[in-house]
Amino acid sequence: MEPLGTFDIIIRILYQFIPVWIALVVLFTASIAFKRRLGLYGKLFDSMIGMIGFALVMFWVFTGIFGAMDMIVTHDPLAQISGMKNKVPGTPLRSPEDGQYAWYLLGGDNLARDVFSRMVKGAWVVVQIAPLATLFAFMVGITLGLPAGYYGGRLDTLLSFLANLILAFPVILLFYLLVTPEIVETGVPNYMATVLFIFPIIFVGVLLNSRYYTQPKVRNPLLIGVLGVMLWLYLSLISEVGSAVSILPGALDFFDLPGGILVVFVSVVFVNSPTVFRIVRGLSMDIKTRDYVAAAQTRGEGPWYVMLWEILPNARGPLIVDFCLRIGYTTILLGTLGFFGLGLPPESPDWGSTINEGRKLLTIYLHPALPPAFALLTMVLGLNLLADGLREESLKD
Amino acid sequence: MGLFILRRVWVMILTALCLTFIVFFLTSLYPNLEKLAKTQGNMRMSDEEVASWLTKAGYMQPLPVKYGQWLGVLPGWTRTTDDGVTGRCINGTVPPSEAEQAPRFCGILQGDWGYSTVFKDDVAGIISTRLGLTGKLMFWVLMLMVPSALLVGVMAGMREGSGTDRTLSTFSIITTATPEYVSGVIFIAIFASSAVGLKWFKGTATSAMENATFENFFLPVLTISLYGMGYIARMTRASMTEVMTAQYIRTARLKGVKFREIVVKHALRNALIAPFTVIMLQFPWLLNGVVIVETLFNYKGFGWVLVQAAGNNDIELLLAVSVVSVIVVLVTQLISDIGYVYLNPRIRIS
Repeated sequence: MEPLGTFDIIIRILYQFIPVWIALVVLFTASIAFKRRLGLYGKLFDSMIGMIGFALVMFWVFTGIFGAMDMIVTHDPLAQISGMKNKVPGTPLRSPEDGQYAWYLLGGDNLARDVFSRMVKGAWVVVQIAPLATLFAFMVGITLGLPAGYYGGRLDTLLSFLANLILAFPVILLFYLLVTPEIVETGVPNYMATVLFIFPIIFVGVLLNSRYYTQPKVRNPLLIGVLGVMLWLYLSLISEVGSAVSILPGALDFFDLPGGILVVFVSVVFVNSPTVFRIVRGLSMDIKTRDYVAAAQTRGEGPWYVMLWEILPNARGPLIVDFCLRIGYTTILLGTLGFFGLGLPPESPDWGSTINEGRKLLTIYLHPALPPAFALLTMVLGLNLLADGLREESLKD
Repeated sequence: MGLFILRRVWVMILTALCLTFIVFFLTSLYPNLEKLAKTQGNMRMSDEEVASWLTKAGYMQPLPVKYGQWLGVLPGWTRTTDDGVTGRCINGTVPPSEAEQAPRFCGILQGDWGYSTVFKDDVAGIISTRLGLTGKLMFWVLMLMVPSALLVGVMAGMREGSGTDRTLSTFSIITTATPEYVSGVIFIAIFASSAVGLKWFKGTATSAMENATFENFFLPVLTISLYGMGYIARMTRASMTEVMTAQYIRTARLKGVKFREIVVKHALRNALIAPFTVIMLQFPWLLNGVVIVETLFNYKGFGWVLVQAAGNNDIELLLAVSVVSVIVVLVTQLISDIGYVYLNPRIRIS
């Protein structure tokens, strides 16, 4: 078979992405049609920059999801096909079997794996970890930042000192100290997970309790139900039979995170939360002087009610914007981890690891390193543009 | 002011102590020590051999004791064998008479930074040569990054919403979205690849350690600068647009002052206060960029040492690296605080 020309490659790649195009068109038509009824999300579609950013982000989100369902990929991202080592984009397979895609659309890497499929699968790693890790970091940052800003004093001094302590660490040094097989063996990441992942439970518990504590009939079943489910999820997340933290018996253990992913997740949350803490602390120091806070205090509301139901909703604008930016930053951090070969297994298709492998032969073979590099670039760019659009629209009213 | 600086220095020392203790704790966990023993001694050592190697080298003492010895507040360990005396402060094995003359304390308080197990050399020497190389890199990064970032920011903020503004703002968003390992790879592909590239520059900076030329040094400098540049430019733009809407600018325009002169004489100085702090706070980020770029371009500076030390669990080198980076981070924070007060007359006078 003939090698594909540049034009053919582009057409075929666009064709492979068909599920993503359909999903994007559906999402955008629906959102634009109902944009007046969708609040801040709808207003995003008034700003060109916001729309471009959102489209880029959703492109990779859909790619990740459909890629995980094996829809876009042309080959198994781990399969090595003989004769395809470092072949340029568009090279046909030597002897394609029935039902096998006959070309490597973006060429083969130095282990004869398909670059295109690896890039698509890599999106799933990011889409899985980055938003969730950012969310956890926000829970930790909010739960600690609100009281620090609201009460001030000793508590604030102590927490700020700890936050600055973590921030003074060069991120890469911290990664090198935390994300090594030797440290995983000692169970330090498991203990850190035990501490860090308890914050969402505290956050939700306090949130609901402060809202409904005057209506015990609603509160008690609600709290028992929600906290029960969360506690179970928490325990099955942190405990793993045979590792350092093994609380739940194996039968009740609902799911296990692979050791590598857990360490990556924990360290990314750990690195991000001090910055969120500082932002939330600053916002809550600013907002606590407002009249509506004084009104709530005069009404006799408890401090946690004031913090979570008066201060936090009024700080949402900057927090949402920072959330988008921080997902982008987390994506960069995940790439950094992959770039230094830390945490994720070496054959993992995530973008950082692929860039790291591709760079070794970069001056001779360009194609293995460039697609994941552009993928990461467009994803982070999309998140930054999205944050810009949100900021613009939330400042309008 | 004096009290403020004094308090900051105290916090700085406390932070450095806490941080080094954390590094010490993590590197002294047993699996890490085991790895160290196996790389230093023999890969196929049994568990007992590992334990005895670690005991001989003084790694099995309690953690606070080891930390105290590293700091130089506790006397270094010594061990007497048939051949003579070895110890933390003694080079090799010497007869007891010589060992008595060796200093009892040898920690960083005495100026002894320890011995690197990877490079087989004194840590102080390694750190100072590598820091010199990274200093050279950082100097050129700042020379490129700061003026161009300020220029881009001021040009964009001068006329908000104009075509120039949109182009330059897009440019700065793109640079902030491109981490060093992405832009570095793209630059090497475009400018240095032997297959299809332009072949203007070299893809490695190893030769730049002795003899830096434009050809071998520009790409690493550009890669680090770009990532930080976008952020500074955006801050400058924000503060410039704010200044340009101020009353005194309008007054100057109504008086008929030329636009050029308004920007240079009236707006610029006020607009540059905020970026100054941002530039100072960028230093910790630059440190990250340095590690990535030095790995990517194979430039053996401070960042490269960090990777080597951390990858091989070289405890004393790693501690020195973290002390240096903590000092860099905290000193720049201090300078940024002082500079902010100094530059802003509203705070300075009150």
